[in-house]
Parts: sequence; C-alpha cells; structure tokens
Amino acid sequence: MEPAGLHNLHLIPWLGWIPLLPLLGFLFNGLGWIVLRERLSRPVVNLVAVGVVFGSFALSLNAFLCLLNLPPGDSLGFTAFSWIKAGDFTANFGLLFDRLSCVMCLVVTGVGGLIHLYSVGYMGRDPAYARYFSYLNLFTFAMLTLVMADNLALMFVGWEGVGLCSYLLIGFWYEDPEKASAGKKAFIVNRIGDFGFLIGIFTIVWLMGTVDFNRMQAWVANVDHRFLLQHQTLLGIGLATFICLALFVGAIGKSAQIPLYVWLPDAMAGPTPVSALIHAATMVTAGVYMIGRLNFLYLQSETALIVVSLVGVGTALYSATIGFTQNDIKKVLAYSTVSQLGFMFTAMGVAAFSAGIFHLVTHAFFKALLFLGAGSVIHGLSGEQDLRRMGGLRQKLPITCWTMVMAWLAICGIIPFAGFVSKDEILWRALNATSGLGKLICIIGFLAALGTAVYMTRLMVLAFFSESRMDHEKEPHAHESPWTMWVPLALLAVLSVFGGFLNWPVSLGGGAYFEHWLEPVMPAPPEAGMSILGVESTQGVEMGLMVFSVLMAALVMAVVYWIYAKRREVTDQVAEKLGPLYRASFNKYWVDEIYDALIVEPCKWISYFILFRLADAGIVDGLANGLAGLTRAAGMGLRRFQSGRVQNYAFSFVIGVLAILLYFWLR
Amino acid sequence: MMHVGLNHFLFLAAALFSIGVIGVLTRRNALVIFMCIELMINAANLAFIAFSYYLADITGQGFVFMSMVVAASEVAVGLAIILALFRNKESVNVDDIRIMKW
Repeated sequence: MEPAGLHNLHLIPWLGWIPLLPLLGFLFNGLGWIVLRERLSRPVVNLVAVGVVFGSFALSLNAFLCLLNLPPGDSLGFTAFSWIKAGDFTANFGLLFDRLSCVMCLVVTGVGGLIHLYSVGYMGRDPAYARYFSYLNLFTFAMLTLVMADNLALMFVGWEGVGLCSYLLIGFWYEDPEKASAGKKAFIVNRIGDFGFLIGIFTIVWLMGTVDFNRMQAWVANVDHRFLLQHQTLLGIGLATFICLALFVGAIGKSAQIPLYVWLPDAMAGPTPVSALIHAATMVTAGVYMIGRLNFLYLQSETALIVVSLVGVGTALYSATIGFTQNDIKKVLAYSTVSQLGFMFTAMGVAAFSAGIFHLVTHAFFKALLFLGAGSVIHGLSGEQDLRRMGGLRQKLPITCWTMVMAWLAICGIIPFAGFVSKDEILWRALNATSGLGKLICIIGFLAALGTAVYMTRLMVLAFFSESRMDHEKEPHAHESPWTMWVPLALLAVLSVFGGFLNWPVSLGGGAYFEHWLEPVMPAPPEAGMSILGVESTQGVEMGLMVFSVLMAALVMAVVYWIYAKRREVTDQVAEKLGPLYRASFNKYWVDEIYDALIVEPCKWISYFILFRLADAGIVDGLANGLAGLTRAAGMGLRRFQSGRVQNYAFSFVIGVLAILLYFWLR
Repeated sequence: MMHVGLNHFLFLAAALFSIGVIGVLTRRNALVIFMCIELMINAANLAFIAFSYYLADITGQGFVFMSMVVAASEVAVGLAIILALFRNKESVNVDDIRIMKW
C-alpha cells in the first residue's frame, strides 16, 4: 500500500471552522452562564448550541463533497499554528480531513446535532440549562479535535478533552454525591488507560521522532524500519507489539473494554442525551477510531491484533451476559454499548478496519436512537428508569416505541437493518482471519450477537409490549415527548433502517461502498479463499453465515419475546435454576466489588496510611515541623543568655576578647 | 635609676585597663561602672601617647584629642541616662535595672 504522504494534501482554511464553531458555542453559553446564570434566554442558548453543531455538520458535508471530487487518496488539511517545537520534534495544531476523518466528523456532528436538538426538549426544565449546553458544545469541539487531528499529540488533546467533558456531564447533577462520584470514577478509570496511551505516544516519539500520522505512516513504510519494529524488543516484547498494546490500553480505558469497562455503566448517572452522545455514539468509539487511524502500525504486530480481537470479542460476550439481568433501562443499554464496542474491537483485531468503523457508524445510529428512546421513556414517565415498573408504553409513547423497534431490529441484526450489515461483516471477517483464532472469535462473536438479541428483546418487551406495571399515580401522566425529541428519534430511525445500504455486501448484490470509500486510509482485509463445511465458494459461505445468523437472531428474539410477553414466570424459574449464574450476572460478576477490594481499598489504605499518615504527615510535615521545633528549642535555650544584666554581657565580651588574644598569642 | 621605656607605659596602661575592666564587671553602682569605663578609655589614651612619643609620630596625639572629645560627649549622655534612671527607679544599682531581658 502506498503511504498516504504521497497523496496530495489540499490546504483549506475553512476546515478550521468545523471544530471552531462548537468552541465558540461553548464560549458563548459558558460565559453567558457565568455572567447571567438563569437569566440567559433559553431560545438564545438553543439557537447557539444547536446551531453551531449543525453549522459544523454543514461544513463537514461541504468538506465531504470536496473529498468526493478529489482522487481517492487525497485529503484536506489545515494547519492552524505550530504548537510544539523542540529540536527536531514538531507537532502542529493541524487538522486532517481524509476519508476516515470525514466519516467520523459526519457522525459526530450529524448524530451529535440530533442529540443537541433532542436535549432542547429533554433538558428544557433544568435550571443549569446553559451550563449543560456549553459542556455539550465543548465536548463536540474536543471530539472533532480528536478525529480531525493530524498528529497523535493533538489527538491526545482531544482525547483528554472528551474525557473532561464526559466527567463534567456525568456529574452534571453534582448535588447528588452518587452522580458526582460516578463522574470521578469515569475520569479516574480513564486516567489508567491514558497512562498506557501516553507511554505509547512517548515510545513513538522516541522511535520515530514524529507524531504526525502521515510521517508515521511513511516511517513505517520503510523496510528497515519495519524490520526494526518487528525484531527489536522493548521490555521483552516486540517494539511494534509494545507500542500497539500501550496505545490499546488507552483504547481499553476510553472505549470501556475488559478490564476497564467499569466506568461506563456508572456513567449512566449523567443526563440521557449525554449517554447517547458521549457514552454510546461518539466518545467511547475514540479507541476504535484510534486503532483505525493507526492501522498501519497495528498491522505490524500480529500479537497486538490478536490481543485486540480477543479483548474485543471477550468483552462483547461478557457484557452481553450482564445485560440479561439488569433492570435499569439505561444500564441494559450501557452494557449493550460495551458489548457493541467489543464487536468493533473484534473487527479491528482481525484487521477488518473498515468493518469496525462501519459498525461504529451504524452503532452510532441505532444506539443513539436506543438511548434517546430510553430518554424519551424516562422523560415521559417523569424519571422512571426501572424496567419492572414500565410496560405497555406502546400506546402511551407510540413514536418512541416504533422508532425504538427499528433500533431493536437493527442491533439484533435483522436483515436489512443497519446492524445486520455491520455485524455480519465483522463475524465474516473474523471467520476469515489469518490468525488461526478466527473460528473461535467468530463463534464467540456469534454467541454475543445472540446475547444482544436476548437482552434487547427483553428490554423492548418489558418496556413497550407487556401489560402496564407503572405506578398508578404516574400512569396517567405518561406522555409522548415534544417534537424536538421525536424528530431526532425519527431521523435516527431512518438511518438505522437504511444505514446498512451504505455498505451493502457484495454477496447480496451491493457495492460495499463504505469499504471502498475507506480503502485509501485502511487496507481491505485479505480475501481468503475459504473452504469450510465443504463449501468452496467464499460468497456461498458468507451467504450461509448471514442466513444462519439472521435466522438464529430472529428465533432468539421470537422465543424471548414469547417468554417475556406471555410466560414471565418462566424467567423466574430459569433464574432459580441457574441460581449462581443468575446472581453473578445480576451483580455484574461482582467486578466492582472485586476491584474495590483488590485495588480501590488497598489504594485508599496506601494513600491514607503510607502516603498521608507516613509520608505527608510523618516525613514532610515532620521535617518542616521538626526544623521549626529545632529552631524554637535553640531559641529557648539561647534566650537565657539575655539576662538583662548588662554586666553579664560585658563579661561575655571580655571573655571573647581574651579568647581572641589567647588565639593570637598561641598562634 | 631605672630607665623608663615604652614597655613601662604599656604595662601601666594595661594595668589601668584591667582595673577598669574588673571594675565594670564587679561593681554594682552605675556611677562607679561609668568611672571605670573612663579609666579604660584613659588607659587607651595613655598607650596612644606613649606610642606617639616613642615612635615620634604625632598621629597618636591627634587620636587622643579625638578620644577625649568622644569621652566628654559620652560622659554627658551617660550621666543623663543615669540621672533618668535614678529618677525612675530611685536607684543606680545595675542589679535593679534588668527589665530588658527575655
């Protein structure tokens, strides 16, 4: 593959406005909030906050049209200013708008814009309205910086920026200590990941002397350098593997994979549109994007790719099983997000980069829709989040219900909805994988996909299709949401239904446009001539897999639907039969408790007894207080000499003179 | 008859000075201490004069004039202080005057 550096880079100054607009929106609403507080007019806040994001979307679309008219490998770029200059090392505040950034920008501003619009309705009664929108705009700015950065250092700025906004928005209702601590948990867990990410960046700087993506790619393209990457070892593992795994640790934190996924379910403490925007559609996919962006590096290390795919597929299955038993509608969706992110990493790990990015896109559509739908339900039921106290909402919230049905069919992988195309593509690529673990990964992924069908069907039935179990005083108030909320739902539903046609597989007569679109940035996975089950034709196997997975998903959905709608008592019997398994899933495998006992408590103990009591209070304060005490004691002793008797002073004086004389005499 | 040389003057000056020092250290009456200080000054003056004479250098005598002028001013100030003390404390005993301490 040709390095991207050989392609033309077209400098376009207005590219800077794509991230700048949300930043201006943030400044306007943020300063407005500081100065005017609640007096800031809501229509103005709405107009600015929603307007800037749609403005960015329009600019992104324009840039997309520019890209369409350029040869495949060309990209748009813009360097705002030189940011870091140290010796040979430079990092610019530079934006890169290639085909990958383009996809991400359109998702971030498009889906993000819809979620901003939805927030107008959802957050309408919140007193800190302007603060909410300023954070949301700041997030959009940081996310756009992340996906448009032309170098790793600037990407890290965006990476940290979205982390900060995530923290601010999870703890948006900070008066509630539980929500505030959920924000802190997200931030701290992300720090652990960011540590690995930084190590990765430092290693790259040390090795390549640059963080610019194009130059990194050119560096890797060199044969000698590739040899070095694969044969030089660092701390006992290959250089390429070391770098990729260190960066992957960052991705694990940001994209909530095992073992750092624990923050994401707690992040549901934030307002629901935030869950949709940050914790489903955009920020959590940053890790996937990062691997996609650095695919040329990941391709140098088979080990790292295997680790990525195993972590991904493991997370996909694992968190799906937790989703089976959760009763909070947002928690189910949170574990679902973790699971779907696992699918994306699975794709990345089997070097099917464009399939992973495509799942990122379709997931942004249907998961944002699911979260917004859940938000609409919560809004309509005045804050009720417990699935056990919902039911029968099909009549009360028809638009929410039917749009969520689209997302449900999409996430379960029913043909021809968006999720079907992206998920089957991943499973198919996994089966094709060169690593030898492909079949295992494919099977686990398949099970996870069936798990998806189980928990999503359960959620849908419990919320919408079963008899009402609402509180009697709340039931009459259940209402459909205002237009600002259902319009985004409807648009996302359309995308969830038709999004799959962007990458309709060749075997079903499509053109796989999305894959071809990304080919200049990320190479297509190898098309292996497959022969399993005695079938020679590759397309035949792919077709078979599709039919099988759609049928299985449909079957599972039907069974679960029937059980939850007609025979709810069966679920209790199953739960009883599988006692320990059920409790493990219900209690999320006690991972939070285990982390608490193994990491948090020892950390607290070390912090309190070693760092605080011993090091800080003991040594540091001890030194400072000891010096002061010593001085004081010396002063207490010495002041006895100041007796007030002038003859004593004279006597000391004489002694001194005599001593000096003695000294000269004896010398 | 023994010849009187520089050393005699110096020993005399040293003796006077030592008497002055001992007086300053041991006496309790502020006036007496004050007189002992005068004694020490004059011991120094005597040494100056002696050196001036034996080294045939007029500078020493100039210093003595200077020293006497300073001593005179010091007497004026010192006596004023002692007078002020007596008015306040009804005593010129230095053991009674020891409020300037820790």
